[in-house]
Amino acid sequence: MPRIRTLRTVVAAIAMAGLLGGCAGAGAIGGGAGKTQLTIAIVANPQMQDAVSLAPQFERTHPNIQLKFVTLPENEARAKVTASVATSGGEYDITMISNYETQMWAQNGWLTDLQPYIDETSGYDPNDIIPSIHDSLSYKGDLYSVPFYGESSFLVYRKDLFAKAGLTMPAHPTWPQVAALAKKLNDPKHNVSGICLRGLPGWGEVLAPLDTVINTFGGRWFDQNWHPQLTSPQFRKAVQFYVNTVRAYGEPGAATSGFSECVTRYSQGQAAMWYDATSMVSTVEDKSSSVVVGKNGYAPAPVVDTKSAGWLYTWSLGVPKTSTHKDAAWQFIDWMTNKEYIKTVGKQLGWARVPPGSRLSTYQIPQVKQAAKAYAGPTLQALRTADERKPTVQAVPYQGIQFLRIPEFQDLGTRVSQQVAAAIAGNITVDQALRQSQQYAETVGASYRK
Amino acid sequence: MSTVSAAVGRGNRGRRSVLTAVTWIVGIGFFFPVLWMAITGFKQEADAYTDPPRLFFKPTLTQFATVFDRGVGPYLANSAFATVVSTLLVVLLATPAAYALSMRPVKKTQDVLFFFISTKMLPVAAVIVPLYVAAKTLSMLDNVWTLIVLYTAMNLPIAVWMMRSFFQEVPGAIVEAAQVDGASLPRTLWQVILPIIAPGLAATALICVIFSWNEFFFAVNLTAARAATVPVFLVGFITSEGQYWAQLSAAATLASLPVIVAGWIAQKQLVRGLSMGAVK
Amino acid sequence: MTATTAPAHAAAPPRREVRSPRREGWARRGPLMPALVFAIIVTQLPFLFTLYYSTQSWNLVRPGSRRFVWLRNYANVFTDSVFRQAAINTIVITVGCVLIAMLLGIVFALLLDRPFRGRGVVRTLLITPFLVMPVAAALLWKTTILDPVFGIVNFVLRPFGVGQVAWVAEHPLGSVIAQLVWQWTPFMMLLILAGLQSQSGEVLEAAQVDGATRWQTFWSITVPHLRRYIELGVLLGAIYVVNTFDAIYMMTQGGPGTASTNLPFYLYQRAFLGFDVGQAAALGVVVVVGTIIVATFALRLIFRTFTMEPNP
Repeated sequence: MPRIRTLRTVVAAIAMAGLLGGCAGAGAIGGGAGKTQLTIAIVANPQMQDAVSLAPQFERTHPNIQLKFVTLPENEARAKVTASVATSGGEYDITMISNYETQMWAQNGWLTDLQPYIDETSGYDPNDIIPSIHDSLSYKGDLYSVPFYGESSFLVYRKDLFAKAGLTMPAHPTWPQVAALAKKLNDPKHNVSGICLRGLPGWGEVLAPLDTVINTFGGRWFDQNWHPQLTSPQFRKAVQFYVNTVRAYGEPGAATSGFSECVTRYSQGQAAMWYDATSMVSTVEDKSSSVVVGKNGYAPAPVVDTKSAGWLYTWSLGVPKTSTHKDAAWQFIDWMTNKEYIKTVGKQLGWARVPPGSRLSTYQIPQVKQAAKAYAGPTLQALRTADERKPTVQAVPYQGIQFLRIPEFQDLGTRVSQQVAAAIAGNITVDQALRQSQQYAETVGASYRK
Repeated sequence: MSTVSAAVGRGNRGRRSVLTAVTWIVGIGFFFPVLWMAITGFKQEADAYTDPPRLFFKPTLTQFATVFDRGVGPYLANSAFATVVSTLLVVLLATPAAYALSMRPVKKTQDVLFFFISTKMLPVAAVIVPLYVAAKTLSMLDNVWTLIVLYTAMNLPIAVWMMRSFFQEVPGAIVEAAQVDGASLPRTLWQVILPIIAPGLAATALICVIFSWNEFFFAVNLTAARAATVPVFLVGFITSEGQYWAQLSAAATLASLPVIVAGWIAQKQLVRGLSMGAVK
Repeated sequence: MTATTAPAHAAAPPRREVRSPRREGWARRGPLMPALVFAIIVTQLPFLFTLYYSTQSWNLVRPGSRRFVWLRNYANVFTDSVFRQAAINTIVITVGCVLIAMLLGIVFALLLDRPFRGRGVVRTLLITPFLVMPVAAALLWKTTILDPVFGIVNFVLRPFGVGQVAWVAEHPLGSVIAQLVWQWTPFMMLLILAGLQSQSGEVLEAAQVDGATRWQTFWSITVPHLRRYIELGVLLGAIYVVNTFDAIYMMTQGGPGTASTNLPFYLYQRAFLGFDVGQAAALGVVVVVGTIIVATFALRLIFRTFTMEPNP
C-alpha cells in the first residue's frame, strides 16, 4: 500500500526531527546550574576569533562564569547590537562597539559606566591606553567602553619601486606631492597602479579615507549652525582631488574596491602606494599572504592645511545598562583587554597576532618591537596625533574624524558614499554627486537646527 | 507511471540515448555546486584557493572538526526544535481551515484565501521593528518560541492553499456516505479523509520544514545566543578580513544536510503532493 | 509559452452543493477560525503598528526625537530615487528569475518524464538545489562559483576566452538572478513533472490513434493541461522571489552602489542602517500597498484562467 508507506515516511521524518528537537528543548532549559552565563556579541574579525579560541582559559580560571559568543560580520553585528541596545532589548551582557557609538550611547544612558570597575581593578592601568583612544571612549571623564584594538591611517609605499624610479617619499607628504608621485609611478602596462584608494560605497569604506582628505583640505560637513557645507569650495576641491587622483592613477575598478580589494592588490605588488588603515600590516607584512614583505615604507597620512590627518578607530567592549551580570561582564572584559592578554596572545599564537593599537605598553614589549620594526613607530605616531575634537581647520558642531558622531551618520554617510562612488565610476560628475549629497545632509542638519 | 513517455519515447534509439545523456549532464550540472560545496569542505584552506580548482587532494576532516569546535550543536538543536514544532502547528491550524474552505464553501472563500496569500506577500522587513518591540515587551527576545510563532505564521498561507486543493480532491460522495453512516466530523476527518490527503499532508509538511529550517531574516534579527539557529551560525563564518572557504563550505554542508536528506527521502511525496496541489 | 486560449464559455468555479443550509454559521466557520485568528494577530497587528509608526519622525538611536509628522515620511519615500531603483530591481529580479526558472523547469521536466536508466538518481540530483539553505547557497555562489580568480565559472569559461570576470561586482543583478534561478528551477520542475504525470494516458493514446504527431499531441493536449501547473508555479515562485533577502544580503549587499538593491533589502537598510523607524515604516506601507495592488491583478488573472479551464 503506497498510502501506508507515505504515512510511514511522514512518521519517520517527524520522529527523526523530533529526536533532534527533543535535544533542543533539553538544551535550552539546561545550561549549567548556578553558573552565570554571559552573552557576548563580537565582530567576526581574526583578532576577535583569537579571543574566542582563548576564552576557555578564562572559563577555567572563572569556573562560575560561562561564555556564549555571538559572532557576526561587522555590518550585521552593528545593526543587531544597535537595535538591541536602543530598545533595551537586553540580550547581551557585553557588546563590541566602537568610538563611533560609545559616547552617544553613554549620553543616552544605554551603557554602564566602567570607570568604577576600572578603578577597583588593580593592574588594569587605564592610563596605559593610548590617549586618543582613551578620549574617544570617554564620556564626562569616565570610560564607558575599553579598547580591544585600535587603528589610525597611514600611507604605505614600495621602497623598491621608489628607488627604481629615483623618487623619495617626504617625511611628511602633502596630498599634491602624493598625487605627483602617483603620476610618475603609475604603470598600467605592468599592472601597477600609482596609488590604491578605496572607492567602494559605505560609510566605513570610501568615506573613511575621503573624510580625512576633506578635513585636511579644510572642508567640513556642517557649519556651527548645522547648515550643510558639502557644496562649499573646500569640500568640493577635496572630493574633486580624490576622484581625479583615483581615476587617473588609481586601481582599475576603483568604484568597487574597498579595504579587502586594496589589501589584495597591494600585497600582490599591484600598487606603488596605498593610503589606508594601519591594521593593513597584518596582511601586508605576512609572508603567507603578501609578496611585498619587507619592501615597504610607511609615511604619515598626507596633509594639506592641517598638521595631521590620520583617522581614529577602535573596536571596544562595553556593557549595556540592561545587563544583569555586570560584575561577571567586567571580569571578562578585564581579561580580554588587559596587558596580560596581549602577552598571552603573543606567547600562544605569535607576536604578530597581538591586538594592535590599544595600549602603549604593547609597543614596549621587545618581541613586538622586533616583529613590528617597520611599522610599530608609524602606527603609534598616527594614533597619537589623531584628534577627534578638532578634525578640520574650521570649528564644527560635531566630533569625529572619518565619521560624524551623530546617530544619522551611518545612513547619511552611506548615501553620500554611493554618490561619490558613482562619481568615481564616472557615471555622474563630482558636482552632481555633491548637490545630491547636500540635499541628504540638509534633512539631517534641519533636525539639529534650533 | 509516465504517460507522456508513450508519446515522447517513440523516437529511435539514438535520439533516446542522446536525450538521456543530455538529461544526465543537466542533472550533474545542477548538482555540481552542491557537490563542490561538499568537496571543498574536506579540503585544507590552501587547497580551496587554487587556480585551476583542485579536484584531487588529500581529504581532511579538520574543517568539520572546527565547525563542531565552534559549537554548532546548540544551533542545530534550535533549528530542529523550531522547525518541527512550527511545522506541527502549521499542520494543526491549516488542516481544519483548509477543510472549511474546501468542503463547505464559506461565503467569500476567495476573499479568505486571498487574505491568507496576501499575508505571504508582505515584506517581513516592513514589520521587523514592531515585531522586535513586541518581542521585547513580552520578554520573548532570543526565545525559540518567538521563532516558532513567526514560522507558523510564515508557512500557514502556503499550507492552507495547498491543503485546500488536496481536500477538494476528496470525492464528496465518500464524505457524504460516511456522514450518512452516522460518523462524527472528527471521525470522518480522521478515518476517511486523512488517508486520502496523506500524500498532500506530507508534501505540505515537507515544504514547511524546508522553509523553516532555512529561514534567516527573523532568526538573525530576533535571536542572540540562546535561540540562534543554523543560518545565523553560518553567517558568523564571514569575516571582513580574509576568507576561509573550506571552513565555510564545511559549515554550509552541515547546515544544509538535514533538509537535503529529508527532501531526498520524501521526493515522491513532494511530486504527488504538488500535483494534487495544482488541481484547484 | 501557452499557445492555446481557454474556451470562453466556462462559468463559476465548480463547487459542491451545500447540503443543509441551516447548518451554516459557526459550526461551519469554526474550523477556519484558529488559523484565521492566528494569521490576523501575527501578521496584521504588527502592520497596524507599522502604519502608526509611519506617521512619526522617529530615529531609534536618537532618544527624544520622536514626534508626529503627518505624511511627511511618505513624501520622502516618493521623492527618493533609490526607492524607484529598488522597485525596478525587484521587478527585474522577480520576473527574470521566475520566467527563466519556469522555462528551464519545463525543459527538465520533459527530459525527466521518460523512462531511462538512472531516472530516479537524476531527479534526486536535480531537486537538490531547492533544498540547500539559501544563505549557504548564496555564500557559495559568491565565493567558490563566481569568484574572479578562484571561481569555477571563470575556470570553465576560460577556454572560451572569458577572462577574470568579477561577476558579482560587474553583473550584480545577473549574478543574483542566476543564483535564484538555480534554487527555484527544481521547484518549477517538480510542479511541471507532477503535471505531466497526472495526464490521462487515455487521452494521449486516443490522440495518437487519431494520427496526431508527437508535437501536435504536445501542443494541443499537454500544454493546455500544464497551464494551471505553470500558473501555480509562477504564482508561488513570484511570492517567494519578490521577498528575496538572503541572496542580496549575502552576495552583493545591494551593491555596487545601489545597483542590486531590491525593496526588502532597502527596507532592511532603512530600518537597520538608518534606524529611521518612521521612514522605514512608511516605505514598508508603500511596498505592501503596491504589492497588494499588483497581486490583486495577478491573482484575479490566475483565478480567472483557473476557473475558465475546463476540468479534464
